[in-house]
Parts: sequence; structure tokens; C-alpha cells
Amino acid sequence: MKHFTIALLICIPFLAKTQLIKTDSLDVKKVPSVLLKDINGKQVNTAAFGFSGPVVISFWATWCAPCKKELMAIHDLYEEWQTETGVNLVAVSIDDEKTKRDVITYVNGKAWDYTVLLDPNGDFKRSMGVNNVPHTFLLDKNGNIVYTHNNYAPGDEEKLYEEIKKLTSE
Amino acid sequence: MRRGMKKNYMKKSKNLRANNWISFVIILFVGQYVWSQGNFTGNIESTFQYLNDDPVINAIQPPSKGLVNSYMNVFYTNAGFKAGMRLESYLPRIQGYPNRFDGTGLGMRYVGYSNSKVDVTLGHFYEQFGNGLALRAYEDRALGYDNILDGARIIFKPYKGIQIKGVYGQQRLSFEAGRVVNSEGIVRGVDADIHLNETFTKLTAFPVDVILGGSFVSKYQLDDDDQLILPENVGAYGGRMKLQYKNFRLDGEYIQKEQDPSLDNGKIYNFGHAAVVNFGYSKKGIGFSLSAKSVDNMSYRSDRNKELQDVFINYLPALNKTHTYNLVATLYPYATQPLGEVAYQADFLYTIKKGSTLGGKYGTTLGLNASTTYRPVQHTSGINQFDSSRVAYETHLFDKSDSLYWRDINVNITRRINKKLLLLVSYFNITINNDIAKVSNDATGIISSHIGVLEASYKINSKHNIRVELQGMFVNKKDDGTINDKGNWATALIEYTVSPSYFVSFINQFNYGNPDANKRVNYPNLTCGYIHESTRVMLSYGRQRAGLFCVGGVCRFVPANNGLTLSFTQSF
Repeated sequence: MKHFTIALLICIPFLAKTQLIKTDSLDVKKVPSVLLKDINGKQVNTAAFGFSGPVVISFWATWCAPCKKELMAIHDLYEEWQTETGVNLVAVSIDDEKTKRDVITYVNGKAWDYTVLLDPNGDFKRSMGVNNVPHTFLLDKNGNIVYTHNNYAPGDEEKLYEEIKKLTSE
Repeated sequence: MRRGMKKNYMKKSKNLRANNWISFVIILFVGQYVWSQGNFTGNIESTFQYLNDDPVINAIQPPSKGLVNSYMNVFYTNAGFKAGMRLESYLPRIQGYPNRFDGTGLGMRYVGYSNSKVDVTLGHFYEQFGNGLALRAYEDRALGYDNILDGARIIFKPYKGIQIKGVYGQQRLSFEAGRVVNSEGIVRGVDADIHLNETFTKLTAFPVDVILGGSFVSKYQLDDDDQLILPENVGAYGGRMKLQYKNFRLDGEYIQKEQDPSLDNGKIYNFGHAAVVNFGYSKKGIGFSLSAKSVDNMSYRSDRNKELQDVFINYLPALNKTHTYNLVATLYPYATQPLGEVAYQADFLYTIKKGSTLGGKYGTTLGLNASTTYRPVQHTSGINQFDSSRVAYETHLFDKSDSLYWRDINVNITRRINKKLLLLVSYFNITINNDIAKVSNDATGIISSHIGVLEASYKINSKHNIRVELQGMFVNKKDDGTINDKGNWATALIEYTVSPSYFVSFINQFNYGNPDANKRVNYPNLTCGYIHESTRVMLSYGRQRAGLFCVGGVCRFVPANNGLTLSFTQSF
């Protein structure tokens, strides 16, 4: 029993450290690295978008009505959001080859200012654990995922903005 | 430290309590190294159904009454190392799912390593070459479709702007008694992509952005025929390009397939082809695109004796818009005819500026879309299909006949009236050749229909919202004056949402125009849901119409049902 107690005592700092690391690695996640193309054909690494402030990742598709409503609602507020918080939105289209050609037409037709990435075979969708769209993730300036939401109902954009403001007021 | 613990462990091995404690400490200690640097992601999905008998709609209660499908994905990455797996369970499978899914077990697993130059995967992997005309391995769980490759893949990036992929594997065919069953054939392929403006520094400032690519895919399957000499190795190869100049873009791909006698094509020895061309112009506020597609004898499977949606190596999506409104999306969907078709599509979207007379205070969006698909011409004069060459016909790229398979013309207007009210008005004119692209057992020849949809969304306050949809489908009569298919339909939907966590919705489809008065049936369905961050729970109860359920131009038949569906999804 004596040996066991000694072992336990030695381990205590490690236990404490494990706890600490746990919050760093398991509860707070980073975005996995997947190489995608944006609508202009430029390659983008999902683990390094290169923005300095918070980032919203929104998974959507041209055939998903609530997804489009969410991005339309944010579009009306985007200028204000950017000025107030420096947030950037990355809209990841999961349209496959059937409807991928419509993405650029839709995005420009709607005059959206988002960074739009194409994920035609679902590689990024899979690695982010996305079951269905719309699915929205909020990253802090260090790239940690701090909030997620798997739905869109009118008003959800206000809750998202509250979460963004929490990041910038810290 | 480790040695000390090991010694301790040996000594106290008879003391179960201490043993447990030490195991716990070891787990924490080891876990600290294993878990600390890595990243776990994944998801869970579970769908449970309890179904009743409902003779009015021909719904039958399954013998087990309850049905459940469950999935869990776990992906782990740590620096360059990656590993992942998926567990699946069908006890038994939910209704409409392909009939070869049963049991619980490992559905996918892989390990791999990647750095800035190479990415190696061993085990299962999904992949797409170019537009997918030669090779696409993907999963569509809603359809029960999964042709994942099991083998090895390497992605090599030797120089900036250049990417080379090599794959070797067998495709997943089904999941029986908790085990993946692979298709007989072996699939191999290489694909290369070069972005000229990135690779050649002289071209960096060149106004035209150019990407070139090429693929070669080959399948191997033993010749099991005692009459014909079947090719055991069948290749499919071709090239693609993408050009962009200011707001204009042009891209295309052409793939040729070698002689591939199969169950699909009646064992003919023709070559096959698939080609797609897209042209587009867009700038802020306006988008326009034109697309064309030509397909002939392009069913390419890793097992020549399979049919329906089994083990396709390539992907041939239909060239039309994927609709979302219930009646438009589910009654007359169209999927590509892999044996041959010529198709065209035009798509236009324009946002009328805020503050203008037409645009109103918040701007108005106008969308127009049209698509058509025709049978290709097959020249048979002077060709004897049963001579020793077994070439059945001759055809050319975009050689279209007047025989219509599909046509869709649709208009959509979206306008925000004020901060609270959003209106959407849509019209669709859909024509489908039921003799070729079969969507209904009750119809003959060409089905032509007009569909109107009115949608309104009203925001009561910052959290509460109510949304209503009214849809009507009017099916044209046949030449002899009788009603085609099931006649006219009407659908109403009302949805109430409380942001960010709750929703409840009620939908009723009414087949009021059915020529058989006993089949003028209502299909009501009530759904409610709870969402917390990435957790979603949804419960629905009601009737579900029999029909084709399609995602991305791939369809499966779902029988009518009546009952309760509970679904749970979670991402982590």
C-alpha cells in the first residue's frame, strides 16, 4: 500500500496536468486540415484561413432552403458584424458535381461577400463531423471551436452574434 | 517512473482494488501522451421507426415493428498521423433502405500519414477525380449509398500547383451480418492536376487562370462468361480544363471508356463517353451559367453483373436543379440515364438593388432556370449487332434526337417586404418521360405538370417565427383526355420555430385529383425537434407517401409508411 501511495503522490501533478490538457485538447477543438478550393479555384487550407479575428464556418448547399435563409439573414447584417467584431464568414458548400456549377452563380447572384469554399466530395464535412446542413461553427482568433449550432431558425443569427461579441469583448 | 509503476503493479497484482487504481493511473498517464496532442472529431446518427399497418396507402407493419439504423464516425488526427473508423448498426434497417444491410459492425476504417508533400491512406477512403465522370467514391447515407474504396491511396504534391493521386482498391457493395462485403472487381487509377499560373512564375500575372487535369482509371474482373471473350481490364480515361478570365469562366471534361460488355448495356462491345461543359459569367448581384452534357454507354461498375445503384466507379449526375419544395422535389425527380443522354441547362440569378423601385427597401432576387434532356441518336444502318465485333450502334458527341426525357422550366422570386415578412413565389413546369425515367407505376408516356408554390415567413419577435408554404401541382391530361399518373396534388405546411432550440411543423399532402376516388388520400405528418448546439433530436408522426427519394440525381424507392420516426444526431 505504501508503494501505491507513493505512486499516487508522484502522479498527482500529472493528473492535474492531464486535466488541464483535457480542456485544451478534448473540449476545445481545432479545425482539421483539409485542402479545398474556393469558387475562384484557389486552394485553401481549412486549418489556416489566415483571418486575424473570429471566424464563422457555415456548411450549406444550394438545395438547402434553411441554409440559404441563414446566409441571407447574415448577409443583411454582415457589414455591421465585420465593423464591430472583425468576424469573417466562410461558407462551405457541400454541393456535389450535380449542383456545384450553380454555387458561383448563386453566391454572386445574391451579392454575398463571404469566402465560399467547395467541398464536392464531403471531405471537410466528414472531418468536421457534420451530419446534416445547415451546421455552423464559431472559431475564436486562435482557431478553437467555441460554439456550434446544427439548425437554422430566424433569430439564430442573433444568438450567433452574441457568441461572436463574447469573443471580442474578452 | 514507468518502471516504478510496473514494479508496483506486479507486486500488488493480487490486490484487485489497488490493481484497479493503478490501471486507472496508467490510463491517465498514457492518455496524457496519447490524447494531449491529438484532435478527435466525429458524429453519431441514429434513426428509429415504429410503423403501423395502413391499408389505405398500402403501408405494412414490418414483423419486428421497430426498426433502427445507427452510425458513429470517429476521426483522429495527431500531427501528420490520421486514423478513423465508422461503426454501423441495422437492427433491422429502416424502411426503404437497400435490402442488404444488417447486423452491427465496422463499416469503415483507415490509417494514414500526411505532410506538405505526401498524403498516404491505407484502408478505406473516399475519392473523386475531376468531375467524377471517371471515378467517384462517396457516401450518401440518406440513400444508403456507399461505394467507398478499400485499399491504398497516395496524394503527392511534388511542386506548387501540381497534385498527383494514385488509388488502388475494392469497392464496398453491401454490409451483411455486420461485415462489409466488397465488390468482385479491383479499381485502380491515377489523376493529375496542374494549376499553370501557380507552377510557372511567368504566368502568375497572366489574366487567364488555367487549370489542366487528366485521369486514367482501370478495373479488373475475371472473365466468367463461357460464350463471349470479355475484357478483364477495362480502362476509362480523359482530360479536363478550367479557364477563368475576369468574371468569365469555362470548364469541361471528356472521359472515354473502353469496351465494357455488361448487364447494363446488353453485353455490347461499344466504347462509351461522358462529356460536360460549363460556361459562366457572374459578378456581384448577377450570375449566369450554361451547361451541356453528353453521355453514351457510360455505366462503369467494378462488377459487370451488377445493376441499379450498385458499385458504380463513376458518377454521372443529372443536369438539372435540385429542388427543395416537397411536391417538386419528390414526385417527378430525374436521374441520369447512364446508357445515353444529351442534356442542357441554363441558370440565371439576379438581385435587384435595395432602394430601387423594383427592388424595394430590402432588395429582391429573381431566379430563372431551365434544363432539358434528350435521347442521343444511335446510328444502326449497316451495323449488325450480332456480328463478331458486337458493336451495336454508332453515336457522336452531343448527337441528340428529338425524343424528350426531361424538361424543367422554373422561376423564383424572393422578396423581403419588411423586417418581419419574407415572401417567396415559385413556378415550375416539369415534363418527364415515364417510359424511360420511370417515376410512377400509374403513369404512361410523358407526364407534364405545373407547380406553384407560395411561401411566407413572419418573424413575430427576435426568437419566434412562423412560416407557411402552400403548394399546388396540376398534372396535364393525356391525349385521350384521361388523367395521367395520380392527378393533382396540394400541400400545405406550417412551421413554428423558437430560436435557437425548438421547432414544430405540420405538413399535409392531399392527392385530391386522383382518378380513383378511393385513393384521394391525405398524408399528414407532425414533426417537432430540439436542438442544442450540435445535438439534434427530432420526432415525427404521420403518413409518408411511397415514391422515389433522390439525392444528387441518385434515387431509391421508398415504400409508403405510417408511424413514428425518432432521430438523433450529434457531432463532436
